[in-house]
Amino acid sequence: MNLDFRNVAKTFPSFRGAVPAVRDANFSVGDGELFILLGPSGCGKSTILNLAVGLERPTSGEIRFDGEIVASRERGIFVPPGKRNVAMVFQGYALYPHLNVRENIAFPLRVAGEAREEIDRSVARTASMLGIEELLRSRPSELSGGQRQRVAIARALVRKPRLFLLDEPLSNLDAALRAATRAELRRLQRALGVTTLYVTHDQTEAMTLGDRIALLRDGRILQTGTPRDLYEKPETPFAASFIGPYPMNLLKAVLEEEGGVRFVRLGAERLPLPPDRVPGERRPGSRNVLFGIRPEHVRAVPESPEPAPRGIVTAVEHLGRETVVTADIGGASLLAVAGEGTWKEGDIARLEIPMEFSHVFPEGDDPS
Amino acid sequence: MGGDRTIRETLRGWAFLAPLAVFILGFVFVPVAGTFIDSLHREVTFLPRAFIGLGNYRSLSSDPWFWQSLRFTVLFVLVSVPLELVLGMAFALLLHRPSRARGALRACVLLPWAVPAAVSGRVFELVCNFQYGPANYIAERLGLTVGPVNWLGSAWGAFFALVAGDTWKTAPFVAVLFLAGLSAIPGDLYRQAAVDRAGPLQRFTRITLPLLRPVVVVALLFRTIDALRVFDLVFVLTRGGPGGSTTSLSLYGYDAFAGGDVGYGSAVSVVLFLVAFALSAAYVRIGRFGRGLS
Repeated sequence: MNLDFRNVAKTFPSFRGAVPAVRDANFSVGDGELFILLGPSGCGKSTILNLAVGLERPTSGEIRFDGEIVASRERGIFVPPGKRNVAMVFQGYALYPHLNVRENIAFPLRVAGEAREEIDRSVARTASMLGIEELLRSRPSELSGGQRQRVAIARALVRKPRLFLLDEPLSNLDAALRAATRAELRRLQRALGVTTLYVTHDQTEAMTLGDRIALLRDGRILQTGTPRDLYEKPETPFAASFIGPYPMNLLKAVLEEEGGVRFVRLGAERLPLPPDRVPGERRPGSRNVLFGIRPEHVRAVPESPEPAPRGIVTAVEHLGRETVVTADIGGASLLAVAGEGTWKEGDIARLEIPMEFSHVFPEGDDPS
Repeated sequence: MGGDRTIRETLRGWAFLAPLAVFILGFVFVPVAGTFIDSLHREVTFLPRAFIGLGNYRSLSSDPWFWQSLRFTVLFVLVSVPLELVLGMAFALLLHRPSRARGALRACVLLPWAVPAAVSGRVFELVCNFQYGPANYIAERLGLTVGPVNWLGSAWGAFFALVAGDTWKTAPFVAVLFLAGLSAIPGDLYRQAAVDRAGPLQRFTRITLPLLRPVVVVALLFRTIDALRVFDLVFVLTRGGPGGSTTSLSLYGYDAFAGGDVGYGSAVSVVLFLVAFALSAAYVRIGRFGRGLS
């Protein structure tokens, strides 16, 4: 199923006036796609999920399932959650405490009045798919976090929903279980081919799991794209610092143009910029910009034949496979993950910056 | 050494229990036992006390007024308690909905519970007044009656006036119990159920009611025992009339005491106690405490 959000906004009333939770959200999720809503807490990602399920009504805009409007205030259309054939896994799993696992999974089918044999078959099939056959007689209070989550997923998938929604499904699991469950969720979603909307604040989860990601901040979708797009072509400093194993280095710099070639002046160094690295129109003269380079691209080396800023090493973290060196270059600190040599605090390092991986953002964008 | 310690701990435990134990012993067990012993005696003013075994109970079994008051009491419980629970549930569900006026509404609903039964009895007496009570006005406006009805002058009218008075006063109490139970049910369960295609009625029967069961049992228990013992409202509103048709067991026992027959009144009280005790035990059994919300 295709899911479409068109100019969707949602504001909540409060004592201080209307609080916008989602502003002008536009995105489409293709059939069978796993689409991630990624952002820090309070960015509106869960509200978008609730809008898609039908637990919230949009203040304006349209939501479409396969082209058919399911929610539009302007047109007075609102299809309630029970009529959308969507399934959701809540963050706390919301298992019915008075029902055992079998009854929990059977609940959506029983409510719909399906025949007993049909229900038993579906429950058995789903339980075996998730490997929870031996839990069917247990009560939710007797299950571990991981088991509860499986039951919640089983209950969601038992009736073959058109749209599958997950709200931070891994946040209540410990780290080891999280990685395993992530892989399994991916496998399940692929096998069932169910269109999925997945909310998380964890960029690793988003990068490893998502077909595409919408990055949100303050109720706004900043950028939509594949994990690779977001990593390689962040459109904002926020995207640059939020996505990736380390936040991108963002330094105040001056962009200069001379004889058709552009340079970034970083402290004492002038680094030539490849032509494709600056978005926006060319302007002669110099201007202040935010210069971005990922720590995993910066090499800390003892000596360099290339123009590379000098920095004083202020911190060294050994992570096993890699060493993170923090260096101070003229008052700004720069993280370097690549490099050679052994470092200690106080060393002078040359920091090689491969300009083909660099990013230039207009100054004034706040990365925080 | 270890033994010393456990003995000390045990003694300390008993010391903490002692005040409550003394209270229960002094104010519950002693009076109950005393009443039971009195019921086995001829204990009448101006006559010497004499043990007569089950004599008082034998008299009771052939006393039509006793059977009449037992019948009234049971009927009163059977009609008013379900009514109070249903109304209380309705109030609780209404008050549970998020609303700007929730605080004010809760206060309004709770108000009748704060009014003493003697006062609400007087109020309902005025409401049912033959000449100027609003009950007649409303009933006639609704086309239910033609001409004024003397509510408190007829057995059925008096019965329903009592049921109305009791319900008016105690449905709010039930509502508060249910409201506490409702607030303990996580909202995500309802959202989940809505996504799982359960309609409002199914959400109520499949989520709310089962999760509220322990609270329902408690409310049922409290209300049944209270309704069985109904005294103040009856005393003020109908004084057991007309023709003794609304005499509750408590009132009948009281009248026996007031008439000087302490033994007989005690026997009535013991019967009332046994009925309440049996019902409580049954409810606790049915309610299976310890399950439900956890």
